[in-house]
Amino acid sequence: MHTESCIQTEKRSAVMKKAFAAAFPYTIPIFAGFWFLGLTYGIYMNVSGFSFWYPMLMSITIFAGSVEFVTVNMLLGAFNPLQALVMTLMINARHLFYGISMLEKYRGTGWKKVYLIFGMCDESFSINYTADIPEDVDRGWFMFFVTLLNHFYWFFGATLGGIFGSLIHFNTEGLDFVMTAMFVVIFLEQWLKEKQHTSAFVGIGLSLLCLLAFGADNFIIPSMFAMLGVLTLLRGSIERKQDETEMTDREEEPLPEGRIAEKGGSQL
Amino acid sequence: MTLLQQIITIAMVVLGTAITRFLPFLIFPADKPVPKYVQYLGKALPSAVFGLLVIYCLRNVSIFSGSHGIPELISIVLVIGLHLWKRQMLLSIAGGTICYMLLVQMVF
Repeated sequence: MHTESCIQTEKRSAVMKKAFAAAFPYTIPIFAGFWFLGLTYGIYMNVSGFSFWYPMLMSITIFAGSVEFVTVNMLLGAFNPLQALVMTLMINARHLFYGISMLEKYRGTGWKKVYLIFGMCDESFSINYTADIPEDVDRGWFMFFVTLLNHFYWFFGATLGGIFGSLIHFNTEGLDFVMTAMFVVIFLEQWLKEKQHTSAFVGIGLSLLCLLAFGADNFIIPSMFAMLGVLTLLRGSIERKQDETEMTDREEEPLPEGRIAEKGGSQL
Repeated sequence: MTLLQQIITIAMVVLGTAITRFLPFLIFPADKPVPKYVQYLGKALPSAVFGLLVIYCLRNVSIFSGSHGIPELISIVLVIGLHLWKRQMLLSIAGGTICYMLLVQMVF
């Protein structure tokens, strides 16, 4: 009994180690970005008159960058919990799309699933959705470590910024571009993987259009509705194209099994 | 605001964020088949959402004033070029970011 459980623990830690080693490189750009953004956020709270406990605890419990900045203003204004809730729902509405996209991928990850969903920020979602997880690496643990590392970087930056605040002098103008660069790469990776680019065009086109029409602060929700509407209207043609390319794929070059499973959406 | 009011405000933000993240999983639990339409959205949305995220990052760039979005444009072209050439995520991101920092600190 004793040795058996020993072996099991050993096996488990080997699985975890392997997943961590596979996950870590994916999170390095996020380390750079979150360290910087978290620091900025911590400093912002510090100069707004809050002790480091605020950014520290908020970075752990909320873990959604943009809304945390807005929360600082809410805390400085009049007490209005309902408005705080509605504002949060509006700023974070895009997570709904992430959830719909991750229904299949997060399936079968056991207790880790709750944390994976809790920590599903833009960056965790983007990496967990696009990463090519090697077949011998446990998917659940891989996605868990991506999420955990991102969470830690954000916490680390926010707390540091909250503690040292105004002591820190910046010579890092432009470092925030690391997040833009990362999303460009992720968009490109997805582009190179997919057989037809209708969705990608829809996403870029409608977001741009809504940005022009509604301005930088209000364009996300209209973009989401527009995307949902257009993708629903195009469903027939997109699915037809998908089927066609899959058919020719199978005739010309048999895809590795993982790819077919991915396309069929029937992992696990 | 009192401390209690601050705690309630933060709790509301935590709750709101959790709702947006958990809702799809609550509506479509793992033990029931996901409707075909939602499955379709799950596959069609990500490409569109990544496009939205790129635009979101660039939302405050103004074409008609300041540096006219030129540093952003150059750096993004570099990111794409590097990535098509080597397809090394870290190299593409680091290259683009360093280029952008040099441009905004020294040139523009």
